[in-house]
Amino acid sequence: MPAEITPDTVRHIARLARLQLSDAEAVAFAPQLSRILEYVDQLGALDTSAVAPLNHPIELFDVTRADEPAPTLGADAALRNAPATIEGHFRVPKVLDSGA
Amino acid sequence: MRIGGFVVQPIIGMEIHVQLATRTKMFCGCPLEFGAPPNSLTCPVCLGLPGALPVINAEAVDLAIRTGIALNGKISSTTRWDRKSYYYPDLPKNYQISQFDHPICYGGFFEVPCEGRILKVRIRRAHLEEDAGKNAHDFEGCTGVDLNRAGTPLLEIVTEPDLESAEQAREFAVQLHRLVRYLGVSNADMQKGQMRFEPNINLLLMREGESWRTPIVEVKNLNSFRSLYGAVNYEIHRQVEAFAQDGLTAQVGNKSNRGWDDGREVTVAQREKEEAHDYRYFPDPDLPAVRPDPARVAWLREHTPELPAPRTERFISEYKLPEKDAPALVDHHDSADLLDHAAEAGGDKVILGKHFLSFWSKLANERGCEIAQLGVTAASLAELANLVRDSVVNATAAAQIAGALADRPEIPPATLARELGLVQSNDRGEIEGWVATALAENDKAVRDARDNPKKRGAARGFLTGQVMKISGGKADPKVVGELIDELLANDEPP
Repeated sequence: MPAEITPDTVRHIARLARLQLSDAEAVAFAPQLSRILEYVDQLGALDTSAVAPLNHPIELFDVTRADEPAPTLGADAALRNAPATIEGHFRVPKVLDSGA
Repeated sequence: MRIGGFVVQPIIGMEIHVQLATRTKMFCGCPLEFGAPPNSLTCPVCLGLPGALPVINAEAVDLAIRTGIALNGKISSTTRWDRKSYYYPDLPKNYQISQFDHPICYGGFFEVPCEGRILKVRIRRAHLEEDAGKNAHDFEGCTGVDLNRAGTPLLEIVTEPDLESAEQAREFAVQLHRLVRYLGVSNADMQKGQMRFEPNINLLLMREGESWRTPIVEVKNLNSFRSLYGAVNYEIHRQVEAFAQDGLTAQVGNKSNRGWDDGREVTVAQREKEEAHDYRYFPDPDLPAVRPDPARVAWLREHTPELPAPRTERFISEYKLPEKDAPALVDHHDSADLLDHAAEAGGDKVILGKHFLSFWSKLANERGCEIAQLGVTAASLAELANLVRDSVVNATAAAQIAGALADRPEIPPATLARELGLVQSNDRGEIEGWVATALAENDKAVRDARDNPKKRGAARGFLTGQVMKISGGKADPKVVGELIDELLANDEPP
């Protein structure tokens, strides 16, 4: 059995996904998410001890490219759909540097 | 060490981001250039536009494997790509492509000469990932985002916590920097942020039979050896003080990030969002796994070059290079190879070493290149060294021949020596003539050499120099010395 999803967990996930939920929604979605996880959790009943882990749903490996420059879009095209720009940059609200 | 009544044992691990020396980005063909106009080096992939498909840069994978092997690591037979989610404007996809549980390299070690012994630092893993863009903060009331850097290939190397002092951390960083440059896997230009260090630091504190571990601090984004050293030292002292005040010990979840303030030379707590570490890794469905070719891996393992630190030791002992000069020579990989090849060609090792550090370095400097790019062959370097060893030419003449060789590398050194009239004369009669001329022209030096014990050495050296000059560099200095002594002894004071 997966851990029960609480309204707090729903609020946390919503914040990570930048979704705004009302308290009523958080309470309503918690049992629904729990049921979805329970449904997926049925897979746990299968014995997969002899099955190699799947890296990718398509059995494809080693798709690479040579280190050769390709044409870029250029700054004008790159910025064309941006809601706001400033001196060749995408303009966003003031942020503290993530340092990531 | 002892600080504030505690016996303190620092426990330091390191994460290092190394920008790989590819021409293009990790997952698209945008060129990598420093200082290009903002957002000019972008495409749908690195802009994170919907529907764009990343494709792995094979060269980045190869450079990562070469680094992993040099770090004595195992190379994964299957390496996989994961999405690391975080939400910042400099990462337009809202996730970074990285490697979570199947990194390309794992389980190695790196040996670092430090404080008179070899420090063995275990490498936990090295994985490939893409860099984020850059936030520009110098705008009024908003932030500007430049995505030229987004998608730059990085190798993140993670060590075990095997370092115990700021000195060790710095020395590890210096040697790793040398290594990646030497291997050619990264330019590692620190000023361009191509190599960044993030030490994880905590302390084992002991007092009166009790011991505690302080909470782990990660200092982010250090881009100089000086700041790395300063940050680790500062943290060691700060954590002792903090523990004395709050008594907090390391717990799951109380690791924190700090930044280094270069001006004030202190670490400062970084404000963090509570979900900052909720990265929600999951396999990236856009990217198939990579299975490095076992033959290629085996070949690379077989052909891993001698690494800078051991090579430096060998150069010091074989070529008798001074300790302070050896690393710089070794770091010019091609020139270091050339020195070895000249020795293999039979050149006198000690004389070759001297020549490399003196006139060959000088010539390379003057021409703005490395010694290996002067175009002089290993055989010629060896021959010139042996002309000196066999007293065919003297050291001064060798420097002149070297200059001529750099212009006409196809002519054998012995031929050049004859052409330039630099073949040493040990014809005593001829040398005696030059010595007599020099003595006759330099009364004062003669008097000093003969009568003034305080000035004798200097005066004799001066006279030898005059003889060499008159002879056009041909006189055998040993014979010159003997003859000066002889003539001075016969030259009675008036």
